[in-house]
Amino acid sequence: NMSGSKNSIPHLTSERLLIKGGRVVNDDQSFYADVYIEDGLIKQVGENLVVPGGVKVIEANGRMVIPGGIDVNTCLMKSYLGTQPVDDFFQGTKAALAGGTTMIIDHVAPQPGDSLLEAFERWQEAADKKACCDYSLHVDIPQWNENVKDELELLVQDKGINSFQVYMAYKDVYQMTDSELYEAFSFLKLLGAVVLVHAENGDLIAQEQRKILGMGITGPEGHPLSRPEEVEAEAVFRAITLGNRVNCPVYITKVMSKSAADTITQARRKGSVVFGEPITASLATDGSHYWSKNWAKAAAYVTSPPLSPDQTTPDHLHTLLACGDLQVVGSSHCAYSTSQKAIGKDDFTLIPEGINGVEERMGFVWDKAVAMGKMDENQFVAVTSTNAAKIFNLYPRKGRIAVGSDADIVIWDPDSVKTITAKLHLNVFKAAEYNIFEGLESRGGPVLVLSQGQVVYEEGKLHAQQGTGRFIPRKPFPDYAYQRVKFRNQGVTRGIYDGPVYDVAPIPKYITPSPSAKTSPTSHQPPPIRNLHQSNFSLSGAQIDDNIPRRSGHRIVAPPGGRSNITSLG
Amino acid sequence: FSGHADLLGGPYSYSDRLLIKGGRIVNDDQSFHADIYMEDGLIKQIGDNLIVPGGVKTIEANGKMVIPGGIDIHTHFQMPYRGTTTVDDFAQGSKAALAGGTTMIVDHVMPEPGASLIEAHDQWRQWADEKACCDYSLHVDITHWNDSVKQEVDNLIKEKGVNSFQVYMAYKDYYQMSNSELYEVFTFLAERGGIAQVHAENGEIIAEEQARMLQMGITGPEGHVLSRPEELEAEAVFRAITIASQTNCPLYVTRVMSKSAADIISQARKKGNVVFGEPITASLGTDGTHYWSKNWAKAASFVTSPPLSPDPTTPDYLNTLLSSGDLSVTGSAHCTFSVAQKAIGKDDFTQIPEGVNGVEERMALIWDKAVTTGKMDENMFVAVTSTNAAKILNLYPRKGRIAVGSDADLVIWDTDAIRTITAKTHNSAAEYNIFEGVELRGAPLVVICQGKIVLEDGNLHATSGVGRFIPCSPFPDFAYKRIKARKQLAVLRAVPRGMYDGPVSEFSMSRGGTPSASARTSPTKQPVRNLHQSGFSLAGPPTPDDIPIRPAGRRIVVPPGGRSNITSLS
Repeated sequence: NMSGSKNSIPHLTSERLLIKGGRVVNDDQSFYADVYIEDGLIKQVGENLVVPGGVKVIEANGRMVIPGGIDVNTCLMKSYLGTQPVDDFFQGTKAALAGGTTMIIDHVAPQPGDSLLEAFERWQEAADKKACCDYSLHVDIPQWNENVKDELELLVQDKGINSFQVYMAYKDVYQMTDSELYEAFSFLKLLGAVVLVHAENGDLIAQEQRKILGMGITGPEGHPLSRPEEVEAEAVFRAITLGNRVNCPVYITKVMSKSAADTITQARRKGSVVFGEPITASLATDGSHYWSKNWAKAAAYVTSPPLSPDQTTPDHLHTLLACGDLQVVGSSHCAYSTSQKAIGKDDFTLIPEGINGVEERMGFVWDKAVAMGKMDENQFVAVTSTNAAKIFNLYPRKGRIAVGSDADIVIWDPDSVKTITAKLHLNVFKAAEYNIFEGLESRGGPVLVLSQGQVVYEEGKLHAQQGTGRFIPRKPFPDYAYQRVKFRNQGVTRGIYDGPVYDVAPIPKYITPSPSAKTSPTSHQPPPIRNLHQSNFSLSGAQIDDNIPRRSGHRIVAPPGGRSNITSLG
Repeated sequence: FSGHADLLGGPYSYSDRLLIKGGRIVNDDQSFHADIYMEDGLIKQIGDNLIVPGGVKTIEANGKMVIPGGIDIHTHFQMPYRGTTTVDDFAQGSKAALAGGTTMIVDHVMPEPGASLIEAHDQWRQWADEKACCDYSLHVDITHWNDSVKQEVDNLIKEKGVNSFQVYMAYKDYYQMSNSELYEVFTFLAERGGIAQVHAENGEIIAEEQARMLQMGITGPEGHVLSRPEELEAEAVFRAITIASQTNCPLYVTRVMSKSAADIISQARKKGNVVFGEPITASLGTDGTHYWSKNWAKAASFVTSPPLSPDPTTPDYLNTLLSSGDLSVTGSAHCTFSVAQKAIGKDDFTQIPEGVNGVEERMALIWDKAVTTGKMDENMFVAVTSTNAAKILNLYPRKGRIAVGSDADLVIWDTDAIRTITAKTHNSAAEYNIFEGVELRGAPLVVICQGKIVLEDGNLHATSGVGRFIPCSPFPDFAYKRIKARKQLAVLRAVPRGMYDGPVSEFSMSRGGTPSASARTSPTKQPVRNLHQSGFSLAGPPTPDDIPIRPAGRRIVVPPGGRSNITSLS
């Protein structure tokens, strides 16, 4: 049994609810129907439902009834140099509910050397105590080694985790080499997990940071200057190449720039299994604020990859989201106070990275995509909820209004208009002093939010309860990501080549293997070809992963005349 | 330049006087009918009814094309390999070049990692001066990177007449450089006016794939192409372009072998990147289906890196991009091994020496595949076989053009001659010709090198040792005009803002209590950006706002509202 179920019992509610006269909007269709809810589940959907007497009735008056949003990317406990984000699981999930999001997936962020399992348990414990809505967890892999493998296996098989993030940035901290990424992808694919990638070229960033600090630029503008968008696009391209090689689904977290998004689009056109996640910030604002003369304001926008200074970026990302080239919207909500941000007041590389967005997420997608005519309401549901549920194997329990699904439901008012300000947003008690969307007007918002069948938000009032959120375990091999991968695994089978082989005269060994490596100071000349002693494979065929049953992983490339790459459909 | 000695006082006298009558001169910009008078190895007069000394030898061109002699920008003659040497030395190789209409070659100096670049360069000079039958220049490959190499590169540019340097993204643990090293090399070359050439393939993934192939029992030449799929080439090209763009350094991609790599170059050029692509004779003329040949020796003769693509539509595609100007120059990467040498890898494809022929076939092949098919006109033919190479290497208009004052390296081209390529008649010493049996239309009728007839009536009169080293000076306009303009624009400014004087959270630099000994790679590294290791200091006073900071090679990033990247024209 998944460990998450232990706390699912106490929250079961006997409350019965009927939503009458609403228009149910799923990702595939919209229709008028009543929705009857009991014990936190949707029990009936249809007209003229026969329901027990005395149920509470909510009149939807023809308004949209949509599946509650799923925010696939929050960081509510990601510590930085010993300090914690100001929005914890309580504040964060409250803000989520206020914006129509009824489930979050938070990133467990262990430090290099930490046990993934222990970190996971710490996160789960904290969330169980504090979360006001259901949640799940991604686990970030801060480094790659053998111990990590065992822990990953355990997390997938016993703990209900099916998604893990790797980093291509943060040199000398989280960053993995291409070889490590290859191994991590191969391993995670065997487990049936979704690989999340923080895609930025950390080597180049380190060089640029040094250069820019050397020029005397220490303010927040140094952040985007040292992380130009092509550095993001480059890493996205490399991650996709790795994914293709290993035949593994790849999920790019935080798509912040046009060029990164375009790279994903092109790869999808060639048949790569890749998903892209723009976030509230990249969809609603841009990087021009890094040049603000108000240090605290400029620092509030610091996140990685940075917001693009190109002001046409949000519009472009919305277009790709609308046409399906990008699939899900997260918020990457990770709120730090100004005094925390001020750790980097003299050096932009030390500014804690993180922005808000969990509350504003759905409103902005509605305002900038649906209200603009780019996207229809069904696609809105897809990108704010359903696709996330599919990718992470929560569907149809989450992400759909259907009999048997969880009663996480939002009544959405397309016409409500509000102006975003730090003064009004609900986590005002403690939270960040800055809202990066300050002053922006957003059309569309929740009128009523049901989480686990309970009304948690109604007419501007939150009734969220700390600790009611349940951990939702997720199984590996989500169909949405893995169906194609599985088909591609079925390689060509053919007999062993037994034809004549050109017989060559024995050649005297030209090579004198020498122990000296390229960097070693000894005057020894390395042998003039790839030195097998230095590389990590041996000709005898023994491999470190010999114990793992031969993977699945690999297609055989078609013979002469055929395509060179079976994973590619193009 | 030390090269001047060779230019002025060689042991050879150029008293030959030659007149080509009745030809049609074809340069890269126009074609016109005119006679050409040559004296002392130089073109002295061009026009009709020239007044020339009596007794001049006259060649009747009879209306045929007279083109600048070809420049093969990529050869490996007499290359040492594990104690042996490629079978075509500078004499044999340059003879083959002349037989194909190529009157200049640019060879790659390949120092062993750890060895001195200058010593290697001098060695190559000596070999070539002894034997070459045509003029030559040298690229120097940078096979490792440190401060002394930097010094040597500086010296090669300033004293030795070398302006192009190749770095490797493949050959893990041998030639391969990290992204950080590439960044440093490119930065350095951009300052000194060099051209950064890259061997673009992702060596880390290749190492993983090779291990996997060998483990699967694939040891034959097909393993070579299976372990180096074309997307690994495309990935590295993308990454190289990103790094070059960051460092504002002109980039030259050697050996463009696949459609996807070529596409990346096209796209980057459309965005304004200064990048040149070099397809080679092999990728323009044949494909990788032969790796599956049952004849081991034949299959092995095609082994080169990046490999030929098994996609048979590749040559046609590359010829199209060459015609449209998206790819700029053609080389041959001529590097021939005997069957016995190739057989070093008979039991393990990773040990097969890499190299194919093509110096002799290069020009005819392009004529046949691109000009006779109507893709390319004769002027473009001259551009991609000769002129563009001369421009990139800063040899123009001495080479690559028929003009008064240019070197008398000329070819009378017969557009209708038909030859069948075969190892029986080719001028290379190799037993296999990868174009065996291919019929090519177009061939040189007369070849004039240094004002002397070296090919006439099918007879080759090449003289070993007459080839001169042609020094290349830095900052070629063709590559650097744009780079310089962008440098001038490059002003990065810090935002003038008051000091942040609010509260600062307490923080600890040792992240999350991780014991520093567990830091990932080296035990000395702190688990967070260590300011002490990264050459800058926080104590430095902020630069006054009114003094523009002009670092070499930095583009501006425009403040709010502007484009984020000025190197990008789109």
